[in-house]
Amino acid sequence: MIDEKTYAELREIADRYPEKRSGLLPMLHLVQSAAGQITPEGIEACAEILEISAAEVSGVATFYTMYKRRPVGDYHVGVCTNTLCAVMGGDAIFSRLKDHLDVGNDETTEDGKITLEHIECNAACDYAPVMMVNWEFMDNQTPASATQLVDDLREGKEVRSTRGPKICTWREAERVLAGFPDGLADEGPSAGPASLVGLKIAREQGWTAPAGSTSEEKAND
Amino acid sequence: MTDTLTPVLTDDWDAAQSWKLATYESRGGYGALKKALGMAQDDIITAVKDSGLRGRGGAGFPTGMKWSFIPQDNPKPKYLVVNADESEPGTCKDIPLMMASPHTLVEGVAISSYAIRANKAFIYIRGEVLHVIRRVQAAVAEAYLAGHLGKNIHGSGYDLDVVVHAGAGAYICGEETALLEGLEGRRGQPRLRPPFPAVAGLYASPTVINNVESIASVPSIIANGADWFGSMGTEKSKGFGIFSLSGHVANPGQYEAPLGITLRQLIELAGGIRSGHELKFWTPGGSSTPLLTAEHLDVPLDFEGVGEAGSMLGTRALQIFDETTCVVRAVLRWTEFYKHESCGKCTPCREGTWWLTQTLARLENGQGSAEDLDLLVDQCENILGRSFCALGDGATSPITSSIQYFREEYLAHLEHGGCPLDPMASTAFATEGASA
Ligand SMILES: Cc1cc2nc3c(=O)[nH]c(=O)nc-3n(C[C@H](O)[C@H](O)[C@H](O)COP(=O)(O)O)c2cc1C
Ligand code: SF4
Ligand code: FES
Repeated sequence: MIDEKTYAELREIADRYPEKRSGLLPMLHLVQSAAGQITPEGIEACAEILEISAAEVSGVATFYTMYKRRPVGDYHVGVCTNTLCAVMGGDAIFSRLKDHLDVGNDETTEDGKITLEHIECNAACDYAPVMMVNWEFMDNQTPASATQLVDDLREGKEVRSTRGPKICTWREAERVLAGFPDGLADEGPSAGPASLVGLKIAREQGWTAPAGSTSEEKAND
Repeated sequence: MTDTLTPVLTDDWDAAQSWKLATYESRGGYGALKKALGMAQDDIITAVKDSGLRGRGGAGFPTGMKWSFIPQDNPKPKYLVVNADESEPGTCKDIPLMMASPHTLVEGVAISSYAIRANKAFIYIRGEVLHVIRRVQAAVAEAYLAGHLGKNIHGSGYDLDVVVHAGAGAYICGEETALLEGLEGRRGQPRLRPPFPAVAGLYASPTVINNVESIASVPSIIANGADWFGSMGTEKSKGFGIFSLSGHVANPGQYEAPLGITLRQLIELAGGIRSGHELKFWTPGGSSTPLLTAEHLDVPLDFEGVGEAGSMLGTRALQIFDETTCVVRAVLRWTEFYKHESCGKCTPCREGTWWLTQTLARLENGQGSAEDLDLLVDQCENILGRSFCALGDGATSPITSSIQYFREEYLAHLEHGGCPLDPMASTAFATEGASA
């Protein structure tokens, strides 16, 4: 539903930019947050605010894979099946989840809880096989951990990202992507373990960048 | 001798609450911005030029030179756009950087924008990384409150606004002109060049587009000097970079080292290939860079060294595959990715990637014939150099290189009537029995 508040927020997004059309991508994220998918009403609202045709907005909405023309469940579950993750087990995880949830790619379970999709490389290959729930990292999965994960989500148990906060709903996540922070930035660690492997070795070996290096110079500042 | 690993960008990542402004400032953060604001803008550009920093987003174009192409006599506003789309398969360095140390990027944005005389900067982050977007949003907000961004920064008279912009899922939007289209609220299709973005980029105004890691390297160059940066790395590939190891090594992850380190050294640091296995093939810089093999373990990982070995340094995305991995399966999957991500603007890529997947799928199923390999090479020749942007070129890399090194394995699929390898053997949980 595009109510008055949402309409005002759509305008607010457009106003962040020197030329308002630049707001379209985040505006469509907000439409998804408000309406649970890209709706004709949402497209009309964007078109009206940006003073472009609905067809133009539609053309943009269909180009980008994160925009959905069908209702998305509370939890969008992505399984990376790009080569590295696929080889490391992503294919096995994805096929297990399809069976377990009895859905195909980009389909939603009957209870409306979970939409399953195979996704492309999500820039977390050092944590392969990788899953994303509502675009939060779920690192180093196995078929067993993946089925447990979706069961927990369906039962409403608390699920945390391996490198972030407690999982929110898909619609809440889309609101953050639209540029309205949810105050959860301070949750989770600085980095997951794989991000730190090189640094850990450097610390153990006493390896640093050469003298005059950032840390030393910084300390003298 | 420089140390084997040289943490600069990654140096803060193990600090408690490393993403917070207080942590960053306690370690000297934003000192470089204060120093830069006291320098003439052209001197900053010169320092970045002299450092030898080359773009960390894949192509390796000299960063300082790119900045100097901005026509300062052009009356239009100037813009800085940070490319945080990180979607090249295998590439996973910018995302942990922004998660752990977003202020390194924000400080770099402030210095770089000041140097090119931009009063507005955009950070275009792929949409599929929610927590990273939270961290960058929060860092920008903190930086405004502390006066590192906004009006009259630290009394210098310089104003800068930074907008964090979330993308919506499109690999092609990492290509800089497609990114600009996305940022202008359009379908992400590359633009004809010239004009180059430096002359007519965002809103047809002079625009610098740089990768996250390039911009994040700038504060350290300003703080420590061009010579310091140039003392690391090799003659034409200066400085440090984050090397991302993934796949069949004991300890995958991020290793920040001077350019020129070898895969042999990196694999050793990573605890070796996973136990009981051996290296089969690897990508030096993402899936768009031709595959290399165990014969290339001692190639210096710098722009020149990897180029001479017949590939490209790219984004230092080292995806490592051992002998359990079917190269045909790997290449088919990458090709399906390029087909899916082709923006459809030009025929060689749009049609070509479709034909490539058809031919490869046939081979993987053990159908087709040995002539299909020649057909594939032929199809690649019709795409390489004839596509509108580098996505099409990249799509051919895994195919031609795998046929060059692994022709036998393609043929084995024909003899075997399908894949001779067991896909379960290559999984991370193969030995744990976790799949049962
Ligand atoms: C298909 C394609 C995808 C790309 N993806 C990215 C990306 O995700 N991040 C990036 O920084 N550069 C990417 N690039 C390279 C950019 O076009 C551009 O060269 C780079 O952002 C320039 O920054 P740099 O000089 O700091 O490296 C991509 C290029 C192509 C052709
Ligand atoms: S090469 Fe592919 S991605 Fe690039 S413009 Fe042509 S169709 Fe689009
Ligand atoms: S291949 Fe799965 S995250 Fe990169």
